[in-house]
Amino acid sequence: EFDELCFEFGLELDEITSEKDIISKEKGEEKAKGASDVVLYKIDVPANRYDLLCLEGLVRGLQVFKERINLPKFEKIIPAEGEGQRLIVTEQTAQIRPHAVAAVLRNITFTKDRYDSFIDLQEKLHQNICRKRALVAIGTHDLDTITGPFTFTAKAPSEIKFKPLNQSKEYTASQIMDLYRTDSHLRHYLHLIENKPRYPVIYDSNGVVLSMPPIINGDHTKISLKTRNVFIECTGTDITKAKIVLDIMVTMFSEYCEKPFTVEAVEVVHPNGKTHIYPELAYRTEKVKPEYINKKVGISETPSSLAKLLTRMCLKSHVTGNGNHLEIEIPPTRADIIHACDIVEDAAIAYGYNNIQMVIPKTYTIANQLPLNKLTELLRLDLAAAGFTEALTFALCSQEDIADKLGTDISATNAVIIANPKTAEFQVARTTLLPGLLKTIAANRKMPLPLKLFEISDIVVKDPNADVGAKNYRHLCAIYYNKSPGFEIIHGLLDRVMQVLDVPPNEENGYTIKAAEGTAFFPGRCAEVFVKGQSVGKLGVVHPDVITKFELTMPCSVLEINIEPFV
Amino acid sequence: HGTHHAQHGLCATPKMANAPLPPPGVAARLLERLDQPGASGGLCSIQAAAELGVDHQTLVGAVKSLQALGEVIEAEARTATRWELSPEGEEVLRDGSPEVRLFRSLPEEGLPQGEAMKLPGGSLGFSKAMANKWVRLDKGAPGGPRVLRAVPSVQDTVQEHLGQVRTGGAQAVPERDRSELKRRKLLLEMTLKSYWIRKGSAFSTAVARPETELTPEMIATGSWRQLPFKPYNFSSLGLPPACGHLHPLLKVRSELRQIFLEMGFTEMRTDNFVESSFWNFDALFQPQQHPARDQHDTFFLLDPAEAPQLPPGYYNKVKKVHSQGGYGSQGYRYEWKVEEARKNLLRTHTTSASARALFQLARQKFTPVKYFSIDRVFRNESLDATHLAEFHQVEGVVADRGLTLGHLMGTLRQFFTKLGLILIPSGLKKWVEVGNSGVFRPELLLPMGLPENVTVIAWGLSLERPTMIKYGIKNIRELMGHRVNLQMVYDSPMCRLDV
Repeated sequence: EFDELCFEFGLELDEITSEKDIISKEKGEEKAKGASDVVLYKIDVPANRYDLLCLEGLVRGLQVFKERINLPKFEKIIPAEGEGQRLIVTEQTAQIRPHAVAAVLRNITFTKDRYDSFIDLQEKLHQNICRKRALVAIGTHDLDTITGPFTFTAKAPSEIKFKPLNQSKEYTASQIMDLYRTDSHLRHYLHLIENKPRYPVIYDSNGVVLSMPPIINGDHTKISLKTRNVFIECTGTDITKAKIVLDIMVTMFSEYCEKPFTVEAVEVVHPNGKTHIYPELAYRTEKVKPEYINKKVGISETPSSLAKLLTRMCLKSHVTGNGNHLEIEIPPTRADIIHACDIVEDAAIAYGYNNIQMVIPKTYTIANQLPLNKLTELLRLDLAAAGFTEALTFALCSQEDIADKLGTDISATNAVIIANPKTAEFQVARTTLLPGLLKTIAANRKMPLPLKLFEISDIVVKDPNADVGAKNYRHLCAIYYNKSPGFEIIHGLLDRVMQVLDVPPNEENGYTIKAAEGTAFFPGRCAEVFVKGQSVGKLGVVHPDVITKFELTMPCSVLEINIEPFV
Repeated sequence: HGTHHAQHGLCATPKMANAPLPPPGVAARLLERLDQPGASGGLCSIQAAAELGVDHQTLVGAVKSLQALGEVIEAEARTATRWELSPEGEEVLRDGSPEVRLFRSLPEEGLPQGEAMKLPGGSLGFSKAMANKWVRLDKGAPGGPRVLRAVPSVQDTVQEHLGQVRTGGAQAVPERDRSELKRRKLLLEMTLKSYWIRKGSAFSTAVARPETELTPEMIATGSWRQLPFKPYNFSSLGLPPACGHLHPLLKVRSELRQIFLEMGFTEMRTDNFVESSFWNFDALFQPQQHPARDQHDTFFLLDPAEAPQLPPGYYNKVKKVHSQGGYGSQGYRYEWKVEEARKNLLRTHTTSASARALFQLARQKFTPVKYFSIDRVFRNESLDATHLAEFHQVEGVVADRGLTLGHLMGTLRQFFTKLGLILIPSGLKKWVEVGNSGVFRPELLLPMGLPENVTVIAWGLSLERPTMIKYGIKNIRELMGHRVNLQMVYDSPMCRLDV
């Protein structure tokens, strides 16, 4: 039943499990002894639905969807002049973490479950929209342990000293970095500030450290189940996301405040003296024509029915202008709605994808093949008919494959070089198909001889005239591997290829081959292929050093040409 | 695939043809001999060889060639023992045994021992004669020991026994004597393999050696009408043709191209593995902080690290829609950086090629289009049984006025039915976990300059995934790359996705 409800709501119930199940699956049954067997529902939430990341939001969303409650209206309470909290941002933050927003949850009541959910939501936001704290970092503090106004500044690591969360003594910022270097969780965030001259830090008016974002809070302001007033600050490099994160934190947990769904505003003072009140908790109204929604989804619902569908998706809507318009209120929880098309999507989810009638578009078109691909398809058939078997090798390979092993230097290959390969197999894009075929033979040495292989695929070379600085070329490569090199067989294949391409064997308007040199070829056993005077590739007997470097033992001959001139 | 051939082939085998043939007529004479009244219980091959006056080996050849014809004869293998004379035995048969020769050469009055040893038969004859008590040694004789006859006459039973063996009467020689002769290395015991031959169920004296194959001469002379032919063994495999083979994944690619062409889709250009972040992400309204743009998932380039050109004009529109919104969108409201957009990478999807195609489409007066592409894409992922660093993406795009989600779902159903996969829609984003689909956002289309009422629906899937489902391949590494087993390529069936 819950599965079905999730599906209707556009979510996917991934798995029903328990802590015990998870541990026993990952670490064996022994380790799982004593773990909780409380049932856990794992639900896949769309990446931009931050309002569904905690139980509070998910339950609220489903209740609204089932029309059991109305979406609550979130209210920002601005304290009287001089009574509210202030967060002063100094100009030192500009170089490292320029943005800060903050809010207060007054007279909140935590229980163990609520508290755990509160911590868990911060972690999920950190991993998700906050991009592992790079864009935004959240700090939550027991407001009753500190006194405003607060200052968000940046200082040299040696000048920052405080007792980090759950530690027993004070450390300087530099020591803190060393302390967490081996911490399985926090070490992933150190790089965000590590080599900066100044680290971000937030103080209260008495010099108490609230936090050193994005690494760690101070122990002094730690919240507990008894905490009644929570100061939430979000600092970061992306102000839009900082505002969204703050909105999500307060809209999810203001439910537990004495006056539910109210949030006390905080004034943020910028270095230039300008001030800003947070959280934004902005409601926005979008006007959408009902027929726009009907046309985009492929349904014909009445305006009031569409309004109802949208209201169930937490997008409170009503019909205006003689039924010609829908007015849709986008709440602060739905930062994912940035265009009318997002409203259409929610209407489609609420309507039910399974209820939408499938229709084949009337779009009338004549199909065309890409000429290069059409030629490739035809040549593949003719090469197979000529007794050669098709290989399918990787476009990425090691520098060695295209350079050292073929007796040439990487600088001579004009190859595109990958910046972040995980292994040597992905250092460059191939500039020739030959290494792939030689490696295919090496992996199939047990097969009966002769081996006759081909591949028609793209190679890549740098080209400063291309918009991206590199260009693909479609190559044809064929190899004959046997106890004797069989140059005449590969030569015969070239003749056959030219025959099917209708290119006659003559110098003027056909093809010729002329003695040439190539580091991959045995001296005196290499020829260049010319078509209408233009060089298209080479054929020849593979150099014994190349054969050895690819861990082969038999002589072989190859042909490799660019087929693009034949399109 | 020359050496392959020996494993297959019809069993009217060339192997038989290569074995030495018995002289013509031996088989026929053997059949006639079997047909005689006395042979109803069968014949021993050794005996038959003797009767027919041929070497035993030749007769065995005839037996085998008759057996190859089927049930003409039955031949049961047997092992027989035969006694033969050694070269020494032959000598004894001719000249007599050494002890008899010594006895007969010894004069009445005897000889001194030294001289007796020089008689025919020598010391061996002396010691045997002594053992038989045919002679005696008078040690007290004047002039030294003297050998004298002890009996008046002797009989040469050794020679007689050898004579019996020689004429085939070994069985008549008492076994004790045979063993003694064997011990004296005069007789040799030989083991002989032979056959006991009887008429078979299809016995006929008319059987001639059948022909293995029809020849041009037979056709010309018409002799095939009279000739018997050796039966074929239809239970073995034939010779595989010496042909080339297409790669199974690329056979599926051809089939998918065919499906798109049948549906009226035109092929897009995809001939640039290297792509700028601009086309790969920004043009698709993917924000610059998106995790897909992490070093972890995408191959970025060291050289050429940046794209020299971004489309002028258009890139400013993309910048604006990201950073400020527009076209009815709030945008992402972040600082869009051109350096980020210029970063080159290996395309992570062919949707970048679709973006380029749609951008080109927007350059002219709008006409509805259906586009497709199938080409390689690259992911800097951890490799396992279902993930490779490069794979093929299949993509379909339809751009027309007034397209709906219903059209998208209708198109998908049509496409996947041709693929032989029954669709279970479980939310638009997951169609049986094979691919993704959706409607392109206005923030993607409008900056390109496409008309506002044009909707673009698109879907994508990997080429490998349906291939693995269809052919039951568990490990993607068995399907793509140089480690693929060529035997799999040789043996793979044709690709018909809808059957």
